[in-house]
Amino acid sequence: MAAPGKIDALSQFKLYPALGPLGHMGFSQSNVMMVVATVLALGLLWLGMRPRAMVPGRLQSAAEMLYEFAYNMSVETIGPEGRRFFPFIFTLFLFLLFGNLLGVFPYFYTFASGIVVTLALTLMVVILTTLVGLWIHKLHFFSYFVPQGVPKALLVLLVPIEVISYLSRIISLSVRLFANMMAGHVMLEVFGAFVIMLGGLGIAGWLPAGLALGVNTILIGFEVLVAVLQAYVFAILSCIYLHDAVHLH
Amino acid sequence: MSKDQGGPDAFEERLRAARQRQGLEPRPPTPGQDAGDQGPSALAVGMRVSVELVSALAVACAIGWGLDRLLGTRPWFLIAFVPLGGAAGVLNVWRMFAPRRGAGPADTKHSPPPAGR
Repeated sequence: MAAPGKIDALSQFKLYPALGPLGHMGFSQSNVMMVVATVLALGLLWLGMRPRAMVPGRLQSAAEMLYEFAYNMSVETIGPEGRRFFPFIFTLFLFLLFGNLLGVFPYFYTFASGIVVTLALTLMVVILTTLVGLWIHKLHFFSYFVPQGVPKALLVLLVPIEVISYLSRIISLSVRLFANMMAGHVMLEVFGAFVIMLGGLGIAGWLPAGLALGVNTILIGFEVLVAVLQAYVFAILSCIYLHDAVHLH
Repeated sequence: MSKDQGGPDAFEERLRAARQRQGLEPRPPTPGQDAGDQGPSALAVGMRVSVELVSALAVACAIGWGLDRLLGTRPWFLIAFVPLGGAAGVLNVWRMFAPRRGAGPADTKHSPPPAGR
């Protein structure tokens, strides 16, 4: 923990080896959270769908709502072809949703607050969309980078711009998720440190400490919102990129 | 049965209308409504715009620097790619706010679903 009088907001993102012998193979607490998120997501679907009731219970309703939400999102955004990409989108969405929501709990680690993780996920999405575009349109896919109705001379400028714009998705998609998750946790840490520091000042500090605690309480609710929203944003942007790859604009 | 004269399409239409009345079908997305009730906050929009601008510039710098390193022409490719990166950032922002051409929902309505897949 931080020395008294200093706010140490970033040490919470430090990775350390987890699970003893496994940890020495580079298995950190971030990886543990990924496994936990995956197990929880699979467990919700498996346990929820076991009754197979006509009138669903609570768990089954939750599982069905998640399924239908992701299904509608992929079909409405990508088009009818979205059905083929639905398993991918659903997996991505559930993984991030559970990971982000777990990260709100104290002592838990948010794996999406590491740029390595989000960058790896983004690379997976972008490489997949590129391969899908090449698979469906063969070499015609490269016409995606050539805007229509433009004088030929300008293409020298516009094609590199389009290529850069395409490649910048890798950064914007990964940084968006990473920055949102990290910023929220830094805020929580800062206001948590305020509570302790102000509370230590004696009776005069109790009111501001209470205020900071109130702010932290609101921030936790806000974090839950951000966790769900960012999982959704990541999934819908993946859908939009897949739509572009399938339809070429 | 005068209402049946429209053929199967009219029936589908009436079925959909009935299902919508009962709330069984998701509402058709209306423009400006799908981003929530009051839309994203100004901070969120600003954050997205800045990320788009900066990421395009970063990619362009990386490409220019890499090409220079490969071809030994430092700094010419870097100089050429920085304005291109800025333009790509503006293009990204334009894409964010421009109406999408041939977006998903229109496609689902008009093109038939792939059979047997």
